[in-house]
Amino acid sequence: MNITHPESLIFWTVLVFVILLVLLKKYAWGPILGAVKDRETSINDALAAAEEARKEMQNLKADNERILKEARAERDALLKEAREIKEQIIADAKGEAQEQGNKIIAQAKSTIESEKKAALAELKNQVAGLSLEIAEKVVKQEFSDKDKQLELVENMLGEAGTLN
Amino acid sequence: MALARKSITNLVLLAFLIVSSAFAQEHHDNGAEAGEEAFDPTGLIMHHISDSHEFHIFGDISLSLPVILWTENGLVTFMSGEFHHDETGKVVVERNGMKFVRYHDEIYYAGENGGVEYDDEHHPVNSRPLNFSITKNVFTLFLASAIMLLVFIPVAGSYKRNKGAPKGLAGFMEPLILFVRNDIAIPNIGKKKYEKYMPYLLTVFFLIWFGNLFGLIPFFPFTGTLTNDILFTGVLAVFTFLITTFSGNKHYWGHIFATPGVPKPLLLIMIPVEVLGMFTKPFALMVRLFANITAGHIVILSLFSLIFIFKTAAVAPVSIAFALFMFVLELLVAALQAYVFTLLSALFIGQAVEDHH
Repeated sequence: MNITHPESLIFWTVLVFVILLVLLKKYAWGPILGAVKDRETSINDALAAAEEARKEMQNLKADNERILKEARAERDALLKEAREIKEQIIADAKGEAQEQGNKIIAQAKSTIESEKKAALAELKNQVAGLSLEIAEKVVKQEFSDKDKQLELVENMLGEAGTLN
Repeated sequence: MALARKSITNLVLLAFLIVSSAFAQEHHDNGAEAGEEAFDPTGLIMHHISDSHEFHIFGDISLSLPVILWTENGLVTFMSGEFHHDETGKVVVERNGMKFVRYHDEIYYAGENGGVEYDDEHHPVNSRPLNFSITKNVFTLFLASAIMLLVFIPVAGSYKRNKGAPKGLAGFMEPLILFVRNDIAIPNIGKKKYEKYMPYLLTVFFLIWFGNLFGLIPFFPFTGTLTNDILFTGVLAVFTFLITTFSGNKHYWGHIFATPGVPKPLLLIMIPVEVLGMFTKPFALMVRLFANITAGHIVILSLFSLIFIFKTAAVAPVSIAFALFMFVLELLVAALQAYVFTLLSALFIGQAVEDHH
C-alpha cells in the first residue's frame, strides 16, 4: 500500500473528528449519559425507598402486635380486677347483712325480754291488786256472814285459779 | 473494484466478469502487456486497500470526488473525473494557468514536456501541490460521521421524551454506550475521573466500529474502509497520545523521569526507555488497528485471487467458503478492534491520571 498525499486524510480526519466529537458531546453523549445517570439514580432511590418502606412496614407490624398484646393483657387485668371487686362486694354485703341480722335479732330478743318482764311485772301487779281486792272483799264478807265469807273466798280462789 | 470483489459472495459469476474486465481495462491503460493477461494479485490487493481520488461503484462506473489543491497560486478545485481514470500522468488538467497530472494517485504539476518526469528508478521528480482532496477514505469518514450524528442525536432526543426504559434505537445503543462506560472507562480510569473522557472514548469506539463495518458492506456508498488507512489510525492514536500527555499528573511524570525504587545511575537508562514507552504505546495502537483490518481485507482478496491464479472456477466454492468464514470473522474483528483501541486508550489515560501506585 502506497501512502499518497497524506496531508488530505490527516487534515480531514483531524477536522472531522474534532467537529464530530464536539457535536456528539453536546448533542448526544452528554444528554444520553445524563439521562442514563439520572435514571440509575432514580432507580437506586426507588429501591432504597422500597426497602425503607418495607422496614417501616415491618416496624409497624411489630408495633401493632405489641400494642395488641398489651391491650389483651390490660383487658385480662381489668377483668381480673373486676372479678375481684365483685367478689369483695359480695363478701362485704354478706358480712354486713349477717351483722345487721344479728343486731336485729339481738334487738328483738332484748325487746321481747323487756316486754316479758314488763308483762310479768304487770301480771304481778294485777295479781297483787286482785289479791288485795279479794282480801278486801274477804275482809268485808267476814264482817257480815261467816259462811258466806268462806264461800266467797273459795269462789275468789277459784276465779284466781282460772285466771292463772 | 471494491464492489466487484465483495459481491462474489452473492453473485460469483457476475463478479468474475467485472473483475476480469476491470483488470483487462487497467492493463490496457498501462499498456503493459498485450495478448495474454498476467494476473497480478498484489496489484489488485494493493489497489483495493489504498486510498483513491475516485469512488469505484460498479464495473466501469465510478463516483467522481472533488480534488482540492493548495497550489503556488492558491486554491484549485475540480472533480477527479477530469483525469478520466488516468493514473499514468498522461491526462493533463489545466486550471488557473497550471497544469496537473496524476501518477499513481498522486497529483503533480505537469513537467516541461507536459507530463511526468522520472528519475533513474522511475520515480516522478515533479513537484506537487498540497492535496486536500476528498478522497475515497475522506468520503467514508464524512459518511461515517454523518451516520453517527444521525444515529446518536435522535437517540439522545428520545431520552427527553421517554423517561422510562429505552426503546427502539436507544434500546440497542444504550447497552453499547453503557459497555464503554462500565467495562472500559470506569475500570481503567476510575470512578472519579472517567466522565471527562467519556465523549472521546465513545466517539472513538463508534467511529472505529462503524468505519470497520462500512468496509464489510459490499455496495455503494460503503465499501470504503477508514481503518485500513494507517493515516486515519495514526491520527486517532495521536489524539490518545495528546490526551494522555496533557492529562498526566505528577505521579505519571514522576514515573517516567524518576521511576520509584530505581537507583540513580540506572535512571540514565530508564528515562529514555520510559520516554520511548510514551510513544510506543500510541504507535502500537495505530499499527494494531491498521494491521488487523488490512490483514482481514488482504486475506479475503487473496482467497478470491486464488480463482484467477489457478484459472479455474473449481476453486470458487473453496474461496467462497473461506471468504464467508473470513467475513464473519471480520464482523467480530470490527467490534473487537474498536473495543481494543478504546480499551487501550482508556488504559493509557488511566495510567496518566492514576493517583498513586
